[in-house]
Amino acid sequence: MLLRFRLNGRPVEVETPPGRRLLDLLRQDLGLIGTKEGCGEGECGACTVVVDGKPRLSCLTLAIQVEGKDVLTVEGLAQGGKNHPLQEAFIEAAGVQCGFCTPGLLMAAYALLLHRPNPTKEEVREWLSGNLCRCTGYEQIVEAVMQAAQKFKGIGGGRA
Amino acid sequence: MRPIPVVKPKDLAETLRYLEEGGKPIAGGTDILVAIRKGLEKPPFLVYIGELSELRVLEEKEEGIEVGAALTHLELLSHRGTERLPILRQALRTIGSPAIRATGTIGGNVVTASPAGDSLVALYLLEAQVRLVSQAGERMLPIHEFITGPRKTALKSGEIVRSIFLPYPEGEPLSFFRKVGRRRALVIAVASLGALVWSKNGRVEKARLALGSVAPTILRPREVEEALVGRPVSPEAWEDLVPVLSAATNPISDLRASAEYRRKVAGRLLLALAQTLQTMA
Repeated sequence: MLLRFRLNGRPVEVETPPGRRLLDLLRQDLGLIGTKEGCGEGECGACTVVVDGKPRLSCLTLAIQVEGKDVLTVEGLAQGGKNHPLQEAFIEAAGVQCGFCTPGLLMAAYALLLHRPNPTKEEVREWLSGNLCRCTGYEQIVEAVMQAAQKFKGIGGGRA
Repeated sequence: MRPIPVVKPKDLAETLRYLEEGGKPIAGGTDILVAIRKGLEKPPFLVYIGELSELRVLEEKEEGIEVGAALTHLELLSHRGTERLPILRQALRTIGSPAIRATGTIGGNVVTASPAGDSLVALYLLEAQVRLVSQAGERMLPIHEFITGPRKTALKSGEIVRSIFLPYPEGEPLSFFRKVGRRRALVIAVASLGALVWSKNGRVEKARLALGSVAPTILRPREVEEALVGRPVSPEAWEDLVPVLSAATNPISDLRASAEYRRKVAGRLLLALAQTLQTMA
């Protein structure tokens, strides 16, 4: 099928089997390798992207399911060569160790801040509960999201 | 993995034609895509129904709400139509993770018919009715008749779940939902208990209980429901029913927990219910 959707703010047209996983479409066909494959069955959250403002697991999403939708991947966070406040906060709070889970966590956190620009720590924990990280112990990640929420507010929530 | 063929019908009528040809519906895909990946399901092709308007309606009726099968858990949680069904919201809130709740659908849960299905506990408590449609016509089945075993349903070939009717319970029962698992998110319950309890002056007038993960399907332990009537709402007054509830279960051992542990947890959940009701009253 000729799939049309928005990817990181730009319209995309790509020829793909409708049953192709969004994850493979992004990584293999479109060269966006920021999105990672962890478990491949919806348990780890590493492949999380944002679709129409909501978190979505790209390993459990078929190409046809994003037809006409707005997809945001980790590559779409930075603007004009500048990191997104969330990315800055992850660096500052040491929320990144091996980095494999980071794109998924960033996107899950981004979706949270779209819905709740000023979340409590408990809400951050709940919202990120579908994302596994085997390095950090999560404390720094939660801290990073809390820090980012402070800065994020100032820029009106960023792009949806 | 070679991509599976998928078609996207424009309406319900076209969907039913594809189902007659052997297609299998996919809405959110959070269950079926995992099953296909693991080789547990091998449908010839998938029929994408996740955006069909006919399946995405929430209708508020006098006696309850009728929810379209392709509404996601998140959509149901944030729809004001589910406000009068707190037990549904309590159960939906514990499903998967935010991403799974934004993707998975109520119809998908019903058709997957997992003995651990969190939403199903609420559906059994509310005595939901499943509306099925095929080219041959429409029929309705109570949830406990639609689900016939672990991952088994009365769905016939060519048939699809169109919607689920959730009657409002009479009066104002207190709702309770507790899931015991090994991790907070994405946890498949080791055991869960949901309840609707009507009480007056500290005594139980009526109770509905539903247990997940402790039998081949969601379990309504009728003998315990009946034994609760007239009892004071306190853990002490229910203690003797703990073994009765445990005995009503028929759990399996798997990698999450042993049958014996599940049986014990199920019994103890009854006391958790009593305790919670006591503090609510």
